[in-house]
Amino acid sequence: MNAENLVLEIKNVKASINDVNILNNLNLKIYEGEIHAIMGPNGSGKSTFSKVVAGHPGYQLESGNILFLGRDISELEPEERSHLGIFLAFQYPVEIPGVTNDEFLMLAYNSKRIAQGKSEIDMLQMYDIMINKLKIISMSENFLTRNVNEGFSGGEKKRNEILQMLLLDPKLAILDETDSGLDIDALKIISNGINKFACETNAILLITHYQRLLDYIKPNYIHVMENGRIVKTGGPELAKELELKGYNWLK
Amino acid sequence: MNKQSNKNLSTDITNLVNRSYKYGFSTNIEQDQIKKGLNENIVRLISKKKNEPRFLLDFRLRAFKKWRKMQCPEWAQLKFPQINFQDIIYYSAPKSQEKLKNLEDVDPELLKTFDKLGISLTEQKKLTNVAVDAVFDSVSIGTTFQAELESHGIIFCSMSEAIQKHSQLLEKYLGSVVPMGDNYFSALNSAVFTDGSFCYIPKGVKCPLELSTYFRINEKNTGQFERTLIIAEKDSQVSYLEGCTAPQYDENQLHAAVVELIALDNAFIKYSTVQNWYSGDETGSGGIYNFVTKRGLCSGFNSKISWTQVETGSSVTWKYPSCVLLGKNAVGEFYSVALTNNYQQADTGTKMLHIGPNTSSRIVSKGICSGKSKNTYRGYVGINAKATGSRNYSQCDSLLIGNLCNSNTFPFISVQNSTTKIEHEATTSKVSEEQIFYCLQRGISTEKAVGLIISGFCDEVYMNLPLEFSFEADYLLTLKIEGSVG
Repeated sequence: MNAENLVLEIKNVKASINDVNILNNLNLKIYEGEIHAIMGPNGSGKSTFSKVVAGHPGYQLESGNILFLGRDISELEPEERSHLGIFLAFQYPVEIPGVTNDEFLMLAYNSKRIAQGKSEIDMLQMYDIMINKLKIISMSENFLTRNVNEGFSGGEKKRNEILQMLLLDPKLAILDETDSGLDIDALKIISNGINKFACETNAILLITHYQRLLDYIKPNYIHVMENGRIVKTGGPELAKELELKGYNWLK
Repeated sequence: MNKQSNKNLSTDITNLVNRSYKYGFSTNIEQDQIKKGLNENIVRLISKKKNEPRFLLDFRLRAFKKWRKMQCPEWAQLKFPQINFQDIIYYSAPKSQEKLKNLEDVDPELLKTFDKLGISLTEQKKLTNVAVDAVFDSVSIGTTFQAELESHGIIFCSMSEAIQKHSQLLEKYLGSVVPMGDNYFSALNSAVFTDGSFCYIPKGVKCPLELSTYFRINEKNTGQFERTLIIAEKDSQVSYLEGCTAPQYDENQLHAAVVELIALDNAFIKYSTVQNWYSGDETGSGGIYNFVTKRGLCSGFNSKISWTQVETGSSVTWKYPSCVLLGKNAVGEFYSVALTNNYQQADTGTKMLHIGPNTSSRIVSKGICSGKSKNTYRGYVGINAKATGSRNYSQCDSLLIGNLCNSNTFPFISVQNSTTKIEHEATTSKVSEEQIFYCLQRGISTEKAVGLIISGFCDEVYMNLPLEFSFEADYLLTLKIEGSVG
């Protein structure tokens, strides 16, 4: 591993929301081709971390650096970070009434193309691309003509997140509790989508409460977060241990 | 979320919505004007200038008498300074206006104005199948497609022309749907209207073109009193488009139009409006006062009238396009998007009066409210004792942007029989920070995200606009929110 393959580097990050400190001296490095998982009890700062990386305006970066592909992105707007290749699958995907999924996907896809200096593609071309991605998450075409997340079941919303990830093909995908609220079949489908996406040139960060997701996706590293910092890092075996002993044994 | 960021976001959105008015220019053309002020002599003078038949002068004078006894209505959720009716010019016509045979004779300054507004008549003539009767201040300066319409027996002309050529139809129908004494502003309009559009669709004719009028207020302090009358005979159909833009002035301008529609047996009138008059600056000064009376009479069996409006301009809007459902099985529809920003105030909605049996009506109202604006839906659904088996569906949704705006819904429902079905739904929602962040994270800019959310919110109304207008409306709302982000 060398610096050229470094996708994300978090250096001594302190971050807060409403003047309450959530992240304390967080450090993390993610290289190309790696899958990392962050686990930890409720309120340990996992979701905050994902939002800070994505640039949510509600969270303040107090100190430290966020480097993406070697570039400090702390000052960049959320959409600029997205254009660079950061994707966040939301824990609670947002509904946009009256806007169809295909309309939304095309706007997102073309926004990225424009940012990359490429020409926009039309709905026909878009349709071909979308149909292929839909197959991966076992969704029918009418998924595209429904309004964005409106009236979607919990599982459909999460599948929609994965569809967007496949479409935008980010360098780094952060999946915030994408496994929560899923039945076992949906979990398999989504894991399959994530595994298909994973390759030597991108990186994945899973945020999860449960070991069961890790039965389907094999991370290279597991980090345990507590009070806004990573308190333990290990291999896949760490998840099993946590499942048995809970988080308290780390204290 | 922390306060700081909320502030940032609302500033962003505010910037978006506060895009300055695009059509702020005035055309420098000599105008034929009469003096400011309003009295019986002025009413007579207008009638004389327009060379009107006796009945019309009488109509005006009776209306003027009624108006003098009336009070400006105060029940609406609107605040505006008292209007000085003596400080308004009631007649103004471009001087160059003479009988023009074709568009080449039109003052090039005027054509330039229309070009700036994106409605080049020459262009329209060649490229589109939209016949445009463009109203410049008070006198129509160009009417296209007359010949083609004539071949179907359709009359589509300015009110001035109709006064000269079709006075029998006017005598029969003018004021038959909106009586001169209906309200303060309709009385005023009936006394001093100067021009407008007239449309007559003969029996069994389906109008092959979308008929369109662009209104434009140009001369400073010129009150605009348009009068529109559309008559659809048995088994006929017509779709009518009205679009408005006005140049930017500091002083408030008054606009009090009256639109009357009459649909006989099996006739269908579709009336669509996109209104984008100057709405005042960000401090609330200036802008158009828009007091409009629009009403359709479904007098025939199976007749149908459908109103669709996209209201984005004016500092004060007072407007309730309504349907009187007289004929058996008559249908009335009202689809509305009203966007208010800064200090704009809109009190708008509809009245559906069910008089005949088995009549039905549908109301879909979408209010978008931002800045410090006030956006009110006011609706009345009245079902008479004889309107058995009637039904109404109403849906009133509000979308709030920011924390300082004010949105109200006042639905009135009155039912006098037991065989009627009424449904009413209402929602209020906010453009949330999470929705914007979701879009941003997908690489979509704040500007586009707000546009997307608004356009999704209005989707159901857009679907009822004629295709060309639907694009125009979507574009207009996008323009309104486009701006200085970043």
